[in-house]
Amino acid sequence: MSNKKTFTMGGIHPDKHKITAEKPIEDAGLPEIVYIPVKQHIGSPAKILVAKGDKVRVGTLLADADGIVSADVHSSVSGEVLKVEEIEGEFGYLEQMITIKVEGDEWEASIDRSPDIIREINASPEEIIAKIREAGIVGMGGAGYPTPVKTTIPAGKKVDCLIVNGIECEPYLTADDRLMVEKAEQIIIGAKILNKALGIQNAVIAVDENKPAAIEALRNITRSYVGVNVQVMKTKYPQGAEKQLIEAVTGREVPSGKLPADVGCIVQNVGTVNAVYEAVQKNKPLFERVVTVSGDAAETPSNFLVRIGTPASFLINKVHGSPDKIGKIIFGGPMMGTSAVNINAPITKLSSGILLFKDDISFKPEETVCIRCGKCVEACPVGLMPFAIAAQVRDGDYHEMKKLHVLDCIECGSCAYICPARIPLLDYCKLGKYELKKSK
Amino acid sequence: MLKISTAPHINSPQDTRSIMRDVIIALMPALAAALLFFGLSALVVVLTAVAGCVAFEYLVCRYILKIPPTTGDLSAVVTGLLLAYNLPSNMPVWMVLVGCFVAVVIAKTAFGGLGKNVFNPALVGRVFLFISFPVQMTSWPKPDFLNFLNADVETGATTLGILKHIDAESSATKLAGGLSDLPDYGQMFIGYTGGCIGEVSALALLLGFAWLLWRRIIGWHIPFYYLATVFIFTSVMWLHSGNIQVEPVTQLLSGGLLLGAIFMATDYVTTPMTRKGQIVFAVGCGILTVIIRRWSVYPEGVSFAILIMNAFVPIIDYFTVPRVFGTGRK
Amino acid sequence: MSALIISNVLILAGIALIAAVVLYVVSQKFKVEENPKIAEIEALLPGVNCGACGKAGCHAFAEACAKSSAEEFKNLFCTAGGQEVMNKVAARLGYVAAAREPTVAVLKCNGTCQNAPDKVIYTGMKSCRMAARISVGRSGCPNGCLRFGDCVRACPFGAISLDETTGIPVVDENKCTSCGACVRTCPRGLYEIRPKGKNGVRVYVACSNTQKGALARKNCKAACIACLKCTKICPEIRVENNLSYIPPTVSAEEFGKRLAEACPTGAIAYTGEKTSTEVKNEQ
Repeated sequence: MSNKKTFTMGGIHPDKHKITAEKPIEDAGLPEIVYIPVKQHIGSPAKILVAKGDKVRVGTLLADADGIVSADVHSSVSGEVLKVEEIEGEFGYLEQMITIKVEGDEWEASIDRSPDIIREINASPEEIIAKIREAGIVGMGGAGYPTPVKTTIPAGKKVDCLIVNGIECEPYLTADDRLMVEKAEQIIIGAKILNKALGIQNAVIAVDENKPAAIEALRNITRSYVGVNVQVMKTKYPQGAEKQLIEAVTGREVPSGKLPADVGCIVQNVGTVNAVYEAVQKNKPLFERVVTVSGDAAETPSNFLVRIGTPASFLINKVHGSPDKIGKIIFGGPMMGTSAVNINAPITKLSSGILLFKDDISFKPEETVCIRCGKCVEACPVGLMPFAIAAQVRDGDYHEMKKLHVLDCIECGSCAYICPARIPLLDYCKLGKYELKKSK
Repeated sequence: MLKISTAPHINSPQDTRSIMRDVIIALMPALAAALLFFGLSALVVVLTAVAGCVAFEYLVCRYILKIPPTTGDLSAVVTGLLLAYNLPSNMPVWMVLVGCFVAVVIAKTAFGGLGKNVFNPALVGRVFLFISFPVQMTSWPKPDFLNFLNADVETGATTLGILKHIDAESSATKLAGGLSDLPDYGQMFIGYTGGCIGEVSALALLLGFAWLLWRRIIGWHIPFYYLATVFIFTSVMWLHSGNIQVEPVTQLLSGGLLLGAIFMATDYVTTPMTRKGQIVFAVGCGILTVIIRRWSVYPEGVSFAILIMNAFVPIIDYFTVPRVFGTGRK
Repeated sequence: MSALIISNVLILAGIALIAAVVLYVVSQKFKVEENPKIAEIEALLPGVNCGACGKAGCHAFAEACAKSSAEEFKNLFCTAGGQEVMNKVAARLGYVAAAREPTVAVLKCNGTCQNAPDKVIYTGMKSCRMAARISVGRSGCPNGCLRFGDCVRACPFGAISLDETTGIPVVDENKCTSCGACVRTCPRGLYEIRPKGKNGVRVYVACSNTQKGALARKNCKAACIACLKCTKICPEIRVENNLSYIPPTVSAEEFGKRLAEACPTGAIAYTGEKTSTEVKNEQ
């Protein structure tokens, strides 16, 4: 097809490893205990409303958004609150979590559990945003920016384009892919709902060409919906990055330091859009999500529908990953994900995948000298010169770092992936950003 | 115990060593061609150069710099091969070793080793030998197909040498005599012509180029712009003057142009980092090559052109910084 | 032939002469008049531009000194150079330098490889600042030393080195000028500039962990568990956030040994004579 689009600058083509693309979404079931962090989003942690000993049901509000940039947190299970205190999280740092002992599976009565798809959108734009806020929806692609804030357009800005991000450019991950295959209509209705909230007519669902099943499923349904189109994209990493996707789809470039709304675009992940559908049409808060559990140390990799707060170890058992074979546990994708210290760390609203790597690929290769091949410059989707940034960070020259636009780095990791000398270029860029922000 | 590390958790399969290995593979067809045309003496020069370069790098790392030897990255092997490819096949072994010393010790490790050298080590070695031992460096054995032991090989001039000779002697009769020595396009293409070990066979070099492109080791930009510049520049001169010396196809196929454009002007370390810069670099190399070939006392200008442009790389890099996303576009 | 040589020599000499004249004229014309005191003071300073004095560098500090009045001068202090340098500068200016107690950087952590063993293997960039971003650190202590030596690289005087057996950095008090580079670099804020103390005898809490006792002990044997025993010996000692702090005003000679011996985890570091527990451990 000739009308496949992609972003212009840089990009890489890592091996896809989408081994779970054909695996239907399975219900992971209920663990014995869930740990629900009160901060699963950018902004201030939510205010805790429950205390030890309280009985909760699925969908009960556990913590209330504190301020505008914050999000509600709901219970994903029914049972008894065991404790409300700081527990070791994914990185080993203590995080405020609500521990719930699972008893049965009792849902709040307000949630519509019927499988019927509700096509009619009755809510007004204000009601839609209120419902999204009450459901505690945040950007599920990984950024964790509260969705109601994103859907409320700042005064003086005009948005004319909603882009639904179904790119999922990270290797291994197939959660969004499967969601598009199995919940195509819900996603499209969700896009229509967001359209209504934003007061615009059009939505584009951007999907990478390596997801033929998802494209097929969406195309079959978009025929009966006016204003929602599927845009097939040429596969390239990091296409799913917000600014890169906007440039790829619309040709508009978000100026350095500005937001997508400045060029009239709003980008929402397909998972988020599905959550919007469920919140508005089914009255269901965000308490479960699709998670890909994959990697070469997983015996039976698959896609799971997981309750938020489920410990990673529960899912690792599900895919028969034996603990002694696992060298590394990654939350998220292999390019931008984080390696976990704690095997019992909970799934959050942002966890798109859990990858289990065997020992042999868990070690980072030794850094050698730069051979000036220029591959990092070629790969950078922002047009930076990572090799030069690394040199300045080593020297601690903040002024030069700033001139090299290190603050524009989107931390996609393309440079570090491609570097034949195995220089941790992304680490240098992150360190540069950190130092620059600290020195201000 | 669990391992933790910063993102990204995967790396491209290409690393420094595998890149160097691919370059070595790409250089093999030219070695085969050299064996066919120049016999075993070519192999002797090649092996000496490779062994010399690796040994010098090892010794310098081990006993002077006192760091773990960096010979494992195979870059010294590439330097050795390229140096040998730039030498005539009857080069005495000790001179080859002098070339290795200059290439590895002076042009490479003295600058800080791989990645920090300003000039292409193999070319520095070659130019040093060229200036120090002009007689040996400009008497090329004539190709002798399948004469492996090199019995009674005559020496003669290269195509470019013949052309330069014509230039010097302007009388019409001598010009005709010189012309009959010129190989035809076919001979130049497969490499049946006098010259340095690795530069004669355009076919073998293009095979190597195809391998490098397929393995994504280099982009097509530098060789393309280099060759195109030479072709256009000489075409203009040829059409203007009708001078046989600047006949563009002969210019492309003769001398070290293909070897230089494909393997030396694309050396990562000594060329610009950005696409734009690489194009500027390649065009500069092309113009300098033609100028040196046409107007200097030397018949061949590829090595000098690339070395001169190597010196300009920092300036080119400075002026060809890529545009940062979200800045400067209207 | 000789004419050629002579003309060459003359031409070169001529060029040299013209260049010399141009250079001289330019340097005179664009000369910046500077207080000669500044250069003299700068010569006395250590010249490492560490910035600990609060000025942009040694030159800026020299300028500030040269400009200052006797009263203002008392507020200027070259941390890296110390009292000795300040006395010299003061002598040059005819002022009196403020007397300051010599200080040294101390590491408020004793999370050695033995006390706080590795729980995970960190692979990748060997930098504390990166390691702190992606995890709690290999020992599991969220406040402790990460043992990758960012401070070693940051120290402009080479006073810090990583101890091979313990893995944690050691400050050489003879080289340390208390410039504060390590304080700024350490992502965990483990360094504190403290008075050197009489004869180099100091006492301080070598722990920064603010977790509750049991949690802190889980990761590190030498963690402060806020047992309050030290506060009973010296009431000046405060315990906040599950962590004890010994103010620099507490006399190390008077309380040091007793404090170190009383601390059940060995979190109190005492640089004076060996405590009885240390002697016992060595035997």
